[in-house]
Amino acid sequence: MLNYALRRLMMLPIVLFALSLMIFALQMSLSPTQRLAAYAPSPDYLKGGQESIRRMIEQYGLNDPFYIQYGRWIGGILTGNLGWSETARQPVSTALMSLFPATLELVVLAFVPCLLLAVFLGSRAGIYLNRWPDHVIRIFTILGWSFPVYVFGLLMLLIFYSALDWFPPGRLSQWAQTVVSTSDFVRYTGANTIDALLNGNLAVFGDALRHLAAPVITLTYVNVASMTRVMRTSMLETLRQDYVRTARAKGLPRRVVELRHARRNALLPLATIAGMELAVMMGGVVITETIFDYAGLGQFAAKTAANLDFPAVLGFGLYFAVVLVVMNLIVDLIYPLLDPRVKTQ
Amino acid sequence: MKFLRYLARNPVSLFGVVILTAFVLIAVFAPVLAPPQSFQLSPYDTPRAGFLATPQPPSPEAVFGTTQGQYDIFYGVVWGTRTAFKIGLGVVAISVLIGTVVGAVAAYYGGVIEEVLMRIVDVFMAVPFLIAAMVLTALLGKGIVPITIALTTFGWMSYARIVRSEILRIREMDYIHAARSYGASDLRLIVLHILPNAMFPVLVLATMATGSMVLSASALSFLGVGTEEGYADWGQFIAYSRNWIVGQPGNPFQFWYTLAFPGAAVFLFVLSWNLVGDALRDMLDPRHAH
Repeated sequence: MLNYALRRLMMLPIVLFALSLMIFALQMSLSPTQRLAAYAPSPDYLKGGQESIRRMIEQYGLNDPFYIQYGRWIGGILTGNLGWSETARQPVSTALMSLFPATLELVVLAFVPCLLLAVFLGSRAGIYLNRWPDHVIRIFTILGWSFPVYVFGLLMLLIFYSALDWFPPGRLSQWAQTVVSTSDFVRYTGANTIDALLNGNLAVFGDALRHLAAPVITLTYVNVASMTRVMRTSMLETLRQDYVRTARAKGLPRRVVELRHARRNALLPLATIAGMELAVMMGGVVITETIFDYAGLGQFAAKTAANLDFPAVLGFGLYFAVVLVVMNLIVDLIYPLLDPRVKTQ
Repeated sequence: MKFLRYLARNPVSLFGVVILTAFVLIAVFAPVLAPPQSFQLSPYDTPRAGFLATPQPPSPEAVFGTTQGQYDIFYGVVWGTRTAFKIGLGVVAISVLIGTVVGAVAAYYGGVIEEVLMRIVDVFMAVPFLIAAMVLTALLGKGIVPITIALTTFGWMSYARIVRSEILRIREMDYIHAARSYGASDLRLIVLHILPNAMFPVLVLATMATGSMVLSASALSFLGVGTEEGYADWGQFIAYSRNWIVGQPGNPFQFWYTLAFPGAAVFLFVLSWNLVGDALRDMLDPRHAH
């Protein structure tokens, strides 16, 4: 098992290398002048006319062959320098690090109800196969699956912000932002809810929750569908197993057979899918964050991609690949805990 | 026949087929439903009634109302159906082609070639799909060709995986051994005997992906890197509604029509593909038969 995990980890550098090569190649399709923007200390440098632009291209070696420029970039990465993001107006690593807690907070808050709901609905649908709970759940999930995130998100804004004024967009209200920015308020984690609790400021905590509610509901609804489907299929399969029949035959109560015997084993495939979903969500919930103006990694990544802010795109790509590989690894490591048979192999 | 019998028993799937058929009809008869005007350079350029910034509610002249900048929503939704079919089917067809070739080559040659190809698949899988597609579209410029290229570039991998594993599974079946024993060539085995049987799961995946690719394409437009200003594209029209989603004080639903019509179009389109895909899987996978 450990061997397997190590082999997986060894894949990471290869994936990162190929990925960076790919994005770097995309970047090289821009002209040196376009790429120069990432190096200019201020926009005024670019207004200095052809001569200064040419000098700067020379200075930063933007006309060098591909492999030299790539090598230079990799050298920077290895010393922890991801480059400068024109969009964020700060170093890429600083930007990613400051936005990460916001995304993590949002994703965790959406993922937990999503998982619980999927287990509940999926096993219910499996138990009541082809009866009305199954039909209702099937319609619910297929609607959620087909609902475009941006349409659902805009609907949420329309109802909960425009009409009811319950859940405003953004991360914090103006007043709460002021409180958070003061030196009295210690930023332990960067996640607003946790920091507010640690500082004992319930008003800010409430405000942070108010802002999180709409994106959390959106994410939950849109993501719960696929997980529920996996859970249902897996539940159907386990309910057909011999040991379930044995348990029924020896007269165990229905609830015990369904929930303790069948549902537990039906959780296995869900773990794999849930891990994947979590990884994808951690990679920035691009559309949700954009709609609710929630300053997290996803919104940042979307902005940088639209602006062709390549240092930031590269940094984000590397971050995403690491999250994906690590998350898959965690799922693999959790698997033997859920299914003892795996360990013996 | 099997399909018809299945539909008769599954009203939900039937509903999906009906909506999909309706969309096909709308796409085919777009020039009749929303005739382009003579001054339009392309039928996909949505006509506009003036340049007023505020959206206008449905009226006899514009039955679905107009967006900011007075683009006709009805026209955009009707011609947007064609855009959706073009992008959805285009992306999926090219992706299936690339994926099938990569998967088949990997499974056939095995060894180093397989290892390399499947690691390439892994690398592409580790790319954040939407962001990568945004970057590529932004580089290539606006329009449905760049969108199609971008979505294909980062969307072919799952087909390669499925085709490869299906071939590996089918290769060991008795009828393949039988065919080999009477001297069928490798190429003949793959193209005539293995691939046709490996295509069923691909078909299911492709059907479902058509809807989600249209979602992604609209998302690109929504995020501002998709189609040109005024192009008949649902995502573009939903993007227009974004600034107006918060109505005026006392009238929160004032601009409902800017979101409702294009939003419903994307939703129903994706829904119909998902329902049809679901039905196909139920029919083709014996484990789902009940």
